[in-house]
Amino acid sequence: MQTMTGTPNSLLLLFILLAASSASAQHETAYDIEDGARAFAQSCANCHGPDGGLIAGIDLGRGIYRRPLSDAEIADIILNGIPDTPMPPTPRMNEQQAYRIVAYLRSLAVASQTVADGGDAARGKVIFEGKGTCMDCHRVNGQGSRVGPDLSTIGLLRRAAELEQSLLDPAAEVQPTNRFYSVTPADGVPIAGRLLNHDTFTVQLFDTDERLRSFVKADLLQYGFTDTPMPSFRDELSAREITDVVAWLVSLRGIAQ
Amino acid sequence: MRSCPTIKRQLCRSGTILVVCGLVAAAEVPAQVSFERLLNADQEPHNWLSYSGTLSNHRHSLLDQITTANVEDLKLEWVWQARSLEKFEATPLVVDGILYTVQAPNDVVALDAATGRIFWTYAYEPSPDARTCCGRVNRGVAILGDTLFMGTIDAHMLAIDARNGRLIWKTRVAEAAERYSITMVPLVVGDKVMIGTAGGDMGIRGLVAAYDVKTGEEVWRFHTIPAPGEFGNDTWLGDSWQTGGAAVWNAGAYDPQTNLVFFGTGNPAPDWDGRSRLGDNLYSNCVIALDADTGELKWYYQFTPHDELDYDATQVPVLADIDWRGEPRKVMLWANRNGLMYVLDRITGEFLFGKPYVALNWMDGFDERGRPQRVPGMVPTPEGTLIRPHVHGAINWAPPSFSPRTGLYYVAHWENSGIIVIRGQSPQPIGINRRQTTMGQVNLQPLFNNDEEAYGVVRAYDPDTLDPVWEFRMGDITWGGVLTTAGDVVFSGGKEGYFLALDARSGELLWRASLGGQVNSGPMSYAIDGRQYVAIAAGSSLFTFALP
Repeated sequence: MQTMTGTPNSLLLLFILLAASSASAQHETAYDIEDGARAFAQSCANCHGPDGGLIAGIDLGRGIYRRPLSDAEIADIILNGIPDTPMPPTPRMNEQQAYRIVAYLRSLAVASQTVADGGDAARGKVIFEGKGTCMDCHRVNGQGSRVGPDLSTIGLLRRAAELEQSLLDPAAEVQPTNRFYSVTPADGVPIAGRLLNHDTFTVQLFDTDERLRSFVKADLLQYGFTDTPMPSFRDELSAREITDVVAWLVSLRGIAQ
Repeated sequence: MRSCPTIKRQLCRSGTILVVCGLVAAAEVPAQVSFERLLNADQEPHNWLSYSGTLSNHRHSLLDQITTANVEDLKLEWVWQARSLEKFEATPLVVDGILYTVQAPNDVVALDAATGRIFWTYAYEPSPDARTCCGRVNRGVAILGDTLFMGTIDAHMLAIDARNGRLIWKTRVAEAAERYSITMVPLVVGDKVMIGTAGGDMGIRGLVAAYDVKTGEEVWRFHTIPAPGEFGNDTWLGDSWQTGGAAVWNAGAYDPQTNLVFFGTGNPAPDWDGRSRLGDNLYSNCVIALDADTGELKWYYQFTPHDELDYDATQVPVLADIDWRGEPRKVMLWANRNGLMYVLDRITGEFLFGKPYVALNWMDGFDERGRPQRVPGMVPTPEGTLIRPHVHGAINWAPPSFSPRTGLYYVAHWENSGIIVIRGQSPQPIGINRRQTTMGQVNLQPLFNNDEEAYGVVRAYDPDTLDPVWEFRMGDITWGGVLTTAGDVVFSGGKEGYFLALDARSGELLWRASLGGQVNSGPMSYAIDGRQYVAIAAGSSLFTFALP
């Protein structure tokens, strides 16, 4: 069984030139986009970042380039690189794969224009810390609870559309590291927390009191996964407020070192 | 080995070094491991003379000091930490108190089996050309006389002096630069040592070769893909046979009654897209039976014709003489990566019985000759197809066990591994169980799988029906092998890093130890001065347990 490894550095400085072409790749399928996402993660994200925004002046995930580029031009750069720049060629990639990456990037740009655009991050911060009570579970730059995922760098990790989905339909996709788990020890009082690890005999949690807990399954009355405690804000916040919160989350990229 | 009596006499004339004399006398001079001893390894259960204990690969120890009643008292005796971050896949040998194993990729060490202290290390630096698909690993050494044999990841066979760790001969089996490598344990038969090559995912043409144990000269070579003019070449489209894989990369077996050696062969190449190699692709995904003297093919059985799912048939063949459905038969038991378990007649290769042992949907029965009947559409597609078992299969290479006491076949494998496979050279897991990492890592990682995703099992199967008699379920999958003992204890482990002792008749958990690293090897057992030890590699280390 072979383990394939991605070719790093192969999209470095891909789009060293201006704004995006508005034309999307034609005839792409959902499979093309998904395959393109995988290829991007393997071959491009190492330099361009998971959202494609790590190279100054370029934000692939939001359709921000240094000059307009057609799909064919982007595919050509992926395959052949840009001479005299750090952007290398990718000789092991074929043209079809390059076009799938293009399709993925175009889909990213379209998605990014549908959500956070127009949101007010400052207003979103106020909602996040106030009405939304988000910090009861989440932590940002050292403030808030540790029980839920720390969101200090969520803008580097998740796209606006994904963040919006998490606010509206939080159970739709829960990252494996964020799954919740419940155990009931012999005293009959259930304990819930974020799952840190489990195996045949034991389970490790970060409980809702922010304590690291470990249990031997044989000692428990009950144990198992539970639904995410993250509520939906579909009926709690207005569409405008959701957009503002998403804009705030997208802006979270850690504390400058 | 000569013990140099002159020196001993001279030393002993001095009363001041009587202690030294005592030590020399205590260190038994090992007798040579004759082929007769290898054939009758079950008559000296204090030793472990080949990869699975015997050439029939039962991985069953006749030692009975450790029993279901006292196994809970097992204590750690010693640990040897390898200076390697590769997976520790080797099963050690023990010969009269000396333990031989491999520090990956290709250093050989000799340890005191009672204390774990090092006698010597043979260091080997593989060629920079060496490329392996799945880790720079090695599964162990073989022994004959006072010579150890090891294949290397740069596709050489080495003969090493078991007494001092010095190289005796080195033979090139194949060209590392052409992506040939060796990870399997050699098989010694008579005056020959046999080895196959890995690299089936990289477009090699598979082979098994036999070498003279004294000189390293090649005696015969069998290509697992026929050349033009040979039977079976027409099962490959065009020139695809030249790079068609069918690697041999796991332990073989030997049947002295027929003088046949048996090896499993790996997937055809390219792995997941068979359009360039239309046909059955013989002898990929087969068990091949070769005459041990000549390498002539006597029979074959193909488990998965025209494989596009990486269903290597490189599991360890288990040879058993049993009453099968009321009649004495010489059978071969085989839990295959393709999700099917088989009973074959090892004299003729006849398919006796087969059935799925995990959830499976790529075939729905056998024809009268045992050829699997494919379900149309169960091939990799651009849109994705849910195929069970997925490209990681139901099992990989880990060695099983057969206990003559219980008559059961013990296999560690995994369940529920359906994944949508995509056409191309790198199918990605985009269905359930996408986080499975069966390639194994040395250190333990947090596990987040839920109960619907893949899980490991140790199961005992009845050879008559191939139904499981019992199951022990693990939270994560397992790449560990299985050992059974005459104390009716089953030892196994898995990626969670537990070393487990189960009741061979009921599967009840009797004892466990958390070793802090993944178990990617097979357990073994030996004895010194009447004391039974059980050894298992986990993470980067070899752990040995015994009763107090």
